[in-house]
Amino acid sequence: MGFGVTMGHVVIRNLCKDFVERRTAPRILNANGALHKGERLLVLDRVDLQFQDGELVCILGPSGCGKTTLVRIVAGFDPPTSGTVITDGIEVQGPSPNNIFVFQQSGLLPWMTVWENVMLGVRHMKDKKQKAARAQEQIDIVDLTGYEHLYPHQLSGGMQRRAELARALVVNPEVLFMDEPFAGLDFLTRLKMREEIINMHEFIQKTILFITHDIDEALVMADRIVVFSERPATVKMDLRLDFPHPRDFARDPALEDLRRQVYQELGVHYAL
Amino acid sequence: MELERWKQFALPCVTFVVVLLLWESVKRLSGWSASVFPGPLEAAAGTWELIRNGTLLKHSVASLFRVTMGYYLAVLLGLPLGILLGRWKTGFVMANTLVQFLRPISPLAWIPLAMLWFGIGDKPAIFLIFLASFFPLLVSTITAVHHIKTLYFQVAANFNFSRLESVTKVILPAILPQVLPALRICLGIAWLVVVAAEMIAVKSGLGYLILDSRNALRMDYVLAAMIAIGLIGVLLDRLISQLNKIKSVAWGSV
Repeated sequence: MGFGVTMGHVVIRNLCKDFVERRTAPRILNANGALHKGERLLVLDRVDLQFQDGELVCILGPSGCGKTTLVRIVAGFDPPTSGTVITDGIEVQGPSPNNIFVFQQSGLLPWMTVWENVMLGVRHMKDKKQKAARAQEQIDIVDLTGYEHLYPHQLSGGMQRRAELARALVVNPEVLFMDEPFAGLDFLTRLKMREEIINMHEFIQKTILFITHDIDEALVMADRIVVFSERPATVKMDLRLDFPHPRDFARDPALEDLRRQVYQELGVHYAL
Repeated sequence: MELERWKQFALPCVTFVVVLLLWESVKRLSGWSASVFPGPLEAAAGTWELIRNGTLLKHSVASLFRVTMGYYLAVLLGLPLGILLGRWKTGFVMANTLVQFLRPISPLAWIPLAMLWFGIGDKPAIFLIFLASFFPLLVSTITAVHHIKTLYFQVAANFNFSRLESVTKVILPAILPQVLPALRICLGIAWLVVVAAEMIAVKSGLGYLILDSRNALRMDYVLAAMIAIGLIGVLLDRLISQLNKIKSVAWGSV
């Protein structure tokens, strides 16, 4: 991967984002005629990052620090206040099928079956047979064979996540964004999904930006972790993890040390 | 819990029989003559008479035609306009107050103008039915569009949906669970209004039949027309409820 022409290469330059803080601007203040616009709340403070082609990056940070905001900007859903995001040499202007977003809640369209949802990603392909083959292949990969004609509400939470993953993969995107995709899944399903993402990533070698607040999850999965500070978010830690998979904290003291270090960085002194 | 099939059919019949018995006993106890207060037997005889000579069928068809026309017009205009105003904020702000201003004006208040504009015949009646069902449908559609999760539009943007695709693959299916009940209610309203609309300016329809029978002091015919209105109402409701069986709507009730 990544010789000469890089695909899925993301450069974030000097990115800032602020929001109008409405809570500090109650309507009563507006009554005396002075137009109170609300204070600007800085969420991202001059973030500079570069993601290599094919990297699985886990983004960690305290709750509400701006992880989701960052990734939404990189995916083109929200504009930055200042700074730029460049993927594969082109500045991001809006959402595109080159970067597929896997949402925190289920982003499957509930009125479409699993099959119809997955077919959304290949609907512009001309060859009908090839289209169906691609969709089936992805459904098989996420182990949903036989569930194609069910509607999302007929699936369990884990199956919904996998169906959404299949829909994202069928597009063959350069970058995959996952915003806490395992939120709301039970512990066992979570472990299985982690494994599936690791395997899938080894197989397709695409850049994945994975937001999580679960430190162990990040350490087990990622090629690289980026830890953000409290709001306004700045990069606090940026580490490559060269530990082989499968990773085990008990057997790898270096990993265990790192785990303790990240916990401390995030303000917890005893990793349980 | 679902009841057995035979119960679903038999229980409403029991209710009807009880009502008929009550009706008959009230008639007997009141001691009024059949020409003032016809009992179920007189009503049945009158209905049978009107069925046999084809009057009831003729008037029912006339009413159904007007309802169909007015209702279709309301759906054809109300749904697209509702979707447009639901998505287009400026348009919504411009139109909303006007809609809320026109909505409480009873369609019956339009009768004088409708007759003046459209003259005698089907047109004023169709216009009134249209008015009666258009506004509730428009308002329900706009509300339904406003309640679509932004997440679905983000998915649409992510997968590069065209405008047409956003309408056919996101907006329409997303609002269907709310719009189907609205369609059902509006059809009920349309059928409700047709009777009033036919009491003016037309010489056919079940509303006209009621007015004409009253003038002839034939209360049994009045009841016959009322029975026909009720029966057709039940049938229309059953018919439109079939839409709820569309599979891709089931997610709305989860």
